[in-house]
Amino acid sequence: MDYEIVIGLEVHAQLLTETKIFCGCRNKFTHEPNTNVCPVCLGQPGVLPVLNKKAFELGMKGALALNCEIPPRTKFDRKHYYYPDLPKNYQISQYDLPMSERGYLDINVDGVEKRIGITRAHLEEDAGKLMHSTDSSVVDLNRTGTPLLEIVSEPDMRSGAEAKAYLELLKLTLEYVGVSDCNMEEGSLRCDANISVRPFGQKELGTKNEIKNMNSFKGVEIALQLVAEKLFDATKKGEKIEQVTWGYSIEKQKIFKMRVKEEANDYRYFPEPDLPPVEVSREWVEQVRATLPELPRAKHTRFMDEYSLSDYDASVLMQDKPLAAYFEDVAKASGNPKDSANWVINDVAREMKERNISGISAFPVKPETLAELLALVKGNTINMPTARALFARLVQGETASPKDIVEKECLAQVSDSGALKEALEKIVAANPKQAAEIESGKHQTAMWFVGQIMKEMKGKADPQSVTQVIAERFGIDPGLLQKKK
Amino acid sequence: MELTSLTAAEIAAAVKNKKVSAREVVDAHLARAEKHNPVIGAFLHIDAAEARATADAVDARISRKEPVGALAGVPVALKDNLALPGQPLTCSSKILKNFKPPFTAHVVEQLQKADAVFLGKTNLDEFAMGSSTENSAMQLTRNPWNTDCVPGGSSGGSAAAVAAGFAPLALGSDTGGSIRQPASLCGCVGMKPSYGLVSRYGLVAFGSSLDQIGPFARSVEDAALIMNAISGPDRRDSTCRNTPAPDFTANLNQGVKGLKIGLPKEYFETSGLNAEVKAAVLAAVDALKKEGAELVEVSLSMLDYAVPTYYIVATAEASSNLARYDGAHYGHRAEGTDNIIDLFSKTREEGFGSEVKRRIMLGTYVLSAGYYDAYYLRALKVRTRIAQDFAQAFGKADLIASPVAPETAFRFGEKTADPISMYLSDIYTISTNLAAVPAVSVPCGVDSQGMPIGLQLTAPRFGDDLMLRAAAAYEQVSGLRNRVAPLQGN
Repeated sequence: MDYEIVIGLEVHAQLLTETKIFCGCRNKFTHEPNTNVCPVCLGQPGVLPVLNKKAFELGMKGALALNCEIPPRTKFDRKHYYYPDLPKNYQISQYDLPMSERGYLDINVDGVEKRIGITRAHLEEDAGKLMHSTDSSVVDLNRTGTPLLEIVSEPDMRSGAEAKAYLELLKLTLEYVGVSDCNMEEGSLRCDANISVRPFGQKELGTKNEIKNMNSFKGVEIALQLVAEKLFDATKKGEKIEQVTWGYSIEKQKIFKMRVKEEANDYRYFPEPDLPPVEVSREWVEQVRATLPELPRAKHTRFMDEYSLSDYDASVLMQDKPLAAYFEDVAKASGNPKDSANWVINDVAREMKERNISGISAFPVKPETLAELLALVKGNTINMPTARALFARLVQGETASPKDIVEKECLAQVSDSGALKEALEKIVAANPKQAAEIESGKHQTAMWFVGQIMKEMKGKADPQSVTQVIAERFGIDPGLLQKKK
Repeated sequence: MELTSLTAAEIAAAVKNKKVSAREVVDAHLARAEKHNPVIGAFLHIDAAEARATADAVDARISRKEPVGALAGVPVALKDNLALPGQPLTCSSKILKNFKPPFTAHVVEQLQKADAVFLGKTNLDEFAMGSSTENSAMQLTRNPWNTDCVPGGSSGGSAAAVAAGFAPLALGSDTGGSIRQPASLCGCVGMKPSYGLVSRYGLVAFGSSLDQIGPFARSVEDAALIMNAISGPDRRDSTCRNTPAPDFTANLNQGVKGLKIGLPKEYFETSGLNAEVKAAVLAAVDALKKEGAELVEVSLSMLDYAVPTYYIVATAEASSNLARYDGAHYGHRAEGTDNIIDLFSKTREEGFGSEVKRRIMLGTYVLSAGYYDAYYLRALKVRTRIAQDFAQAFGKADLIASPVAPETAFRFGEKTADPISMYLSDIYTISTNLAAVPAVSVPCGVDSQGMPIGLQLTAPRFGDDLMLRAAAAYEQVSGLRNRVAPLQGN
């Protein structure tokens, strides 16, 4: 019998609000422990939560970007469990009336499109952070009350690769709309998985295993793979599948058993009496929807249609929204989208990486400047080596425009055959050995002459004209030389 | 002039007109409290220095001819589940014995703005769970009219403080009758405002969807005066109504002529209703009729379901609200545990009294998977029916009149062995909390032992001003106004 693996993901994304979800404390937890706290997020006796409207709107924006529907009425509920990082010993979350439901993301794995359903996305408060040493544990409550959007997928994924693709697109989408910075390593995006195995064609899900703390994309793929293998093995041997919760160690790239559940946790959910239900008017939803930017997949399609970019180039640019915007500025200013994409994806990306520039906004070369450089190449004013050298100077802080530099420093390439012929004769006269070689039919030596002429012309020679002059001088078919190149 | 027999309105006027200083007023009340509190046990904690300092500041402003608030120099007692920085906030529980809040309750801020003077914190049933104040982990509070009897509860300390003349005003909280029942048993005015009229910010939660803060006073006018100070919007409480509160004193002398007063027949037919109480309440209703009110019979047929429904809703919320007391962050922490679960368990085992534990267990049970639908969800449905009952009754009547409690003050220990009999002392008060409507207890006589009896008037939600107007009209004809209990060794 053949089996399939069934995966659903639960993702928690911290929302980028100024203040916490139910109090006025700053939503920052890089500060000294327990400094961004107040009686409300500390769960002191007698305090009450007040919903942060911005957090609600940001959650709605994220949900709309995930194609979710926003019901007209939603409420908050209390979820109870005892843990020292949860000062009230209940978390304000949403149970049966989430703020959004029935969304989806269309992923693409190896060229195959697939729609992954999103059951719901709801708001809740984050817990604090426990830190353990050998003899004690301490708690930092700065993170307590950070707004979270919990996004629950349908069990629609059938492989680790699909799960990874879904998570990547989810992250990108939330980044695009600016609701979360989605840093998995720092925990602003957290992913848990439900995984089970069943015979092909069977409708019911197999016994569920859970995986917690896969705080990297690679971790998600590896951990799912490892658990899937265990489930396949057990199923094939006819063993009963236990309901296990697994942890994942990023250092060891290994999974470990956290607990085996006998029955589901009883969180004793009930409606939060301190927060009235939220009525969400259609106008409000449309106002928030109107603030949505172009989403990743739409941008991908548009780049292919509008700029005739390859699937690959469009994908690379889609991954980085600011870089994509930079590309568009260069493309529009230069009227040359193909070369703009090449330069942005290769040269700009490489320089950013080498110089540890984290975002395109900090990149010293403005799009108009790069467009000007591209136009100089396209118009044959300068050759590629000159262009690259110029680009390097711009990156290093050169402020003059490429056009001015070319003019001032006479960097325009020389394609005047008179000057090139003169240079070639000089080289032939000084190097009879090489001249004899090429005349005897050793065409490879032509490259040596190209190099010499370039040197003579201080790198400004137009490579095509140089080849032409050499071909003529030695009576070679220029096509042969072009090919050698 | 006996300062401790003045009403709040009289004190504020006298202080403003410099007939007496706020300091003299406060000293007189502190002296009476310091003399009699050891027997009465109304106060858990008296902060005399702070009270005198506040009074002096008020006097200084008056001497500089600066404006002062409506309650200038009026001593107020606070139930010890309201946050006042610098003073303990114990809820009469061992688990919060040494807890001092770093923030101020909304009502406390409002009273500070009105230039009231806080004398201290009053005793209550632990976490406001009880009807006799016997569940306090700290001390007994005695009924000032008979010290062998309970003052009622859970706000027994506040009721006793006002009845004993320690303070003309006090605040309490009412989740199922915790203001009205002790007011009735101690012979003072006690009001539970409409849910959402007074911000709960700074009130330690018991049953969040039921809790309201409200006043104790010796006159309806005084209750209206303090309601003016504490009512109205507060953005820190999302369940608090967002529109300004009316002036509760404005129409107090408009009488009841033409008002329809409903008598819920079920309330007068309950087997536990004491005959003297019934007679006094019916006589009070007759007096209102003589004043021009029209009496109509109404039906509140869900009465029998009120107590069971309440003990599901209130305990469910309490089990959640009290989950935070675990010793990890503040309050009592058990010694000698070596893991977090034991720390939580032992802290709660040591810190909570038996009634609180009973209610936490009840509430946990009714919210548990498999029982939620049968208990909690069903209780919510009954709660809706109870609210509909009231809506229907208020279709026929402007106000509803009833007893507050089935009996007058009982003796210590009489009901402690049987929680159900204790729970039934709230049978007439609980429905109003479930329906979110306001109700007030006003004195309407005494029984053959001289123990006070209260009349309960209930209004539609946010009809609090009309309710106080009728209460004032009744007080006018009954003459049962500003009665201070004559304490022994006076």
